[in-house]
Amino acid sequence: MQHQAQPMPSTDSADDVAVDVDRISKIFQGEDEVRALDDVSVAIRRNEFFTLLGPSGCGKTTLLRVIAGFEPPTMGALRLGGRDISRLPPNKRPINTVFQNYALFPHMSVANNIAFGLEMLGKPKGEIQTIVYDMLKLVQMEHLKARRTSEISGGQQQRVALARALAPKPEVLLLDEPLSALDLKLRKEMQIELKRLQHETGITFIFVTHDQEEALTMSDRIAVMNAGKILQVGSPRDIYERPAERFVANFIGESNFLDATLNGHTVTLKAGGRFQASPPAGVADGAVSVLVRPEHGQVRMGEAAEGELAATIDTVVYSGEATTVHLRLTTGELFKAKMPNTPSEDGRSIEQGAAAALSIAPGAVTVLKD
Amino acid sequence: MSDTALPRHSSRGYSVRSLPGFAVIALFTIFALYAPILILVAYSFNAGNSLAIWEGFSLKWYAQAAQNSAVIDAAIRSLYLALSAAGVATVAATMAALATTRTRRFPGKTMIYALINQPLMVPEIVTAVALLIVFAWIKVATGYTSMIYLIAAHTAFCVPFAYLPIRARLETMDYTLETAARDLYATPMQVFMRVTLPQMWPGIIAGMMLAFVISMDDVVITEFVKSAGQETIPTYMLGQLRRVVTPEVNAISTVILAAGAILVSLFFWLSRERR
Amino acid sequence: MPETPAPASATADAPVPGGLIRGELERELEQTDNRTRWLLSLPAILIILFFAAAPLLVMVVYSFLTPGDYGNVKWIFSTEGWVNVILQRDIFDDTLIWADAHLSIFWRSVKLSIVTTLLTLIFGVPTAWFVATRPKGKREFWLFLVTVPFWTNLLVRTIAIQELIRAEGVINNLLMALHIVDQPIQMMFTDFAIGFGMTYVYLPLMVLPVYAAVDKLDFRLVEAAHDLYAGRWTAFRRVILPMIKPGIIAGSILVFIPCLGAYVTPRVLGGGKNLMFGNLIELQFGAGRNWPLGAALSFTLMAIVMVALIYYVRLTSREEKTDV
Repeated sequence: MQHQAQPMPSTDSADDVAVDVDRISKIFQGEDEVRALDDVSVAIRRNEFFTLLGPSGCGKTTLLRVIAGFEPPTMGALRLGGRDISRLPPNKRPINTVFQNYALFPHMSVANNIAFGLEMLGKPKGEIQTIVYDMLKLVQMEHLKARRTSEISGGQQQRVALARALAPKPEVLLLDEPLSALDLKLRKEMQIELKRLQHETGITFIFVTHDQEEALTMSDRIAVMNAGKILQVGSPRDIYERPAERFVANFIGESNFLDATLNGHTVTLKAGGRFQASPPAGVADGAVSVLVRPEHGQVRMGEAAEGELAATIDTVVYSGEATTVHLRLTTGELFKAKMPNTPSEDGRSIEQGAAAALSIAPGAVTVLKD
Repeated sequence: MSDTALPRHSSRGYSVRSLPGFAVIALFTIFALYAPILILVAYSFNAGNSLAIWEGFSLKWYAQAAQNSAVIDAAIRSLYLALSAAGVATVAATMAALATTRTRRFPGKTMIYALINQPLMVPEIVTAVALLIVFAWIKVATGYTSMIYLIAAHTAFCVPFAYLPIRARLETMDYTLETAARDLYATPMQVFMRVTLPQMWPGIIAGMMLAFVISMDDVVITEFVKSAGQETIPTYMLGQLRRVVTPEVNAISTVILAAGAILVSLFFWLSRERR
Repeated sequence: MPETPAPASATADAPVPGGLIRGELERELEQTDNRTRWLLSLPAILIILFFAAAPLLVMVVYSFLTPGDYGNVKWIFSTEGWVNVILQRDIFDDTLIWADAHLSIFWRSVKLSIVTTLLTLIFGVPTAWFVATRPKGKREFWLFLVTVPFWTNLLVRTIAIQELIRAEGVINNLLMALHIVDQPIQMMFTDFAIGFGMTYVYLPLMVLPVYAAVDKLDFRLVEAAHDLYAGRWTAFRRVILPMIKPGIIAGSILVFIPCLGAYVTPRVLGGGKNLMFGNLIELQFGAGRNWPLGAALSFTLMAIVMVALIYYVRLTSREEKTDV
């Protein structure tokens, strides 16, 4: 069953790749065919914190379940370290999962939960004890090892689930929205904790979430998914600053979309102003859509000067650390500009209906593919 | 809440949960459910022969029943029959429940489901005479008469009863636990032994108890399937009713009631655990 | 430069070299899964097939044979068994006339089953309501009280009723002691005795499903009805009753069907004269020595039960449709 490593779709060399998803589709046959995964290819590198990000129903959990072996792919190939594992049942894959609801065994103690995978692998008793102890220490749960899993808090259950999945030292750890059940404060703590664990163990983490902030904070690379397809793969910076498509831009952070004309590397906004930009491959000169993030817009009261866009103030929204000004441009397009509040300027001086000037930071204009 | 708007209920508060007269009927009904049973129990301790006149407390009918070899034989036979039938039915029902729950529609699922529930759809008397016909045939052809006919018949109608609580238990169980075990390198057999079985025990025990009680209670099918000398406790009692009724029947009934009450309490406790 | 995944080629369904052909693995796993499920179901299927379903088919054959002289059958084809379900041959001139005895037994079965179902409704619905509306902590206790009789031996409960209504039974003794009557009232071996007994033994079958329905009831809806100026009875009729109807229908069917096929209760309380369907069938296999007629009667009973069940399924499925 040994397969020669196939040429990778990306530029990664085969040795760097942990999980190679090669043109996998998952089709659910119902009343009508649903393509939960539509010809998906992605190469996940060793030791990276990789995030699958997308709205619910985009296929991210299905992809995770295919990698874990819970769901057979309809077609395509799945390789782990160059070896084809599509036909291996979950118990034969050196991949472990942290489930969304943790799925801790309620009839076992914390320690027995952690030991389960090791027992199933037939590890000697002494070794199991050592590893379980190490794991308890790693997630700071030594004091609760004899407890039943129903007797500990949600955050603690989360740690046990992590320890249980890490104990057999898998090559890849899958995490299915593991933080979604926690409250905000605990979630922030666990985000840092997860980063630390990934760093200490050197295991490849594949993390599924619909929370863009979580994805940006934790990931080495992010794959943004929608409707069964991966739209873009890149570092958090790439994804945020250079989204390839409108969907990606819209899903991550707040966005202004403006009509413009592209000529080589020059973008001319319909509402006025000329900017330098590097358009993605495959975008032809002519009418295009561009993205400007709200924090890259500066609003000044008064008439527009050279290089500024004329606008009128629509509404002003105060949100503590920042003020968002909704502007109406001369073209009728709406523009949100988000400016940090300072002791001297907190948006109080901005008057509704008044004339204003908008300046867009150089390099803030991103050309979108669609 | 305004006092003037609802003057009649202002003292107790207005409750949408109470309907006029319902509590009275309910309390009467619950009383009526127990009164005949309690009278029957009381008369089992009557010293006299009569079922009508109270002549003082005595355990003589219990003693008489305990010395009656027909009663003892029937009791042992009933237990043997119920344990065998409930045991086999529970194993079969557990396997069938595992096969028919937590799954998408698969070819034949509806058929399996309908077949398992078939004994519940057909009046007992009909199954009884059908079995009489078939077993009479086999008995004549083979000359072989043993408890196996009764055990087979009881097992068949016990299967759907054992199946119900087991299936209910399985349906409330979290399937991701088994997925998690599989993920942690357990083989399908290990998953069943280490995760599924420990979790479905209450359902299996409840199913077995239900099957046991149903088998112990059965009169109709037993009456038609049994060969000569294969009286169970219910058929023995039914036979006695044709003759002069003595409080001995009450004594036997009381023992059955007590055993039943213990089983119900257990069953109730087990199904509470589930929640 | 943003990294983008390899663009999908034009032939999207073409297999990846070394990868899975479309649907290949899914089919394999599904077939294994189906096989496992069938194998697991097999013991239960075989047990019921051999000892509950197949005997019914054998009985079809028997219903078309000729009765033997001492019970059992002679292997000669005859439709007499089926004819005799509702007709009988005149002893002298062989003409067919209505079998009044059978018809009156059918009528008694249907009549008593309906009366019993109505009585269990009258007593069972308020009881279920009462239990389901107890405060959380006490409900378990009341539920336990109504569940115990459900588990109690049916024959024992029938005997308990017999003790109550016999000529020298508790009721007659009480009435005579109070000088309300001089002579014991004859209650045993009457239709009243059968109806009374069946109501008593089958009542829990009504209470439990209705309880389950009331337990699920959202009382905020009842409050909403009151808020919209409905009185108690209007709220009950217009809001509560439609919502607990599935439970009431289920309870009615659970009582009605065993009543139709009742054997033990009419035998003990009805005596030899007041037969019901079940006893008539038994008679053919005992003193009547007419197995084909017994088999035909059994199918007639089964047919009536099936009609009731189909009616029930129709009723509940229409219920679901109108709910949406």
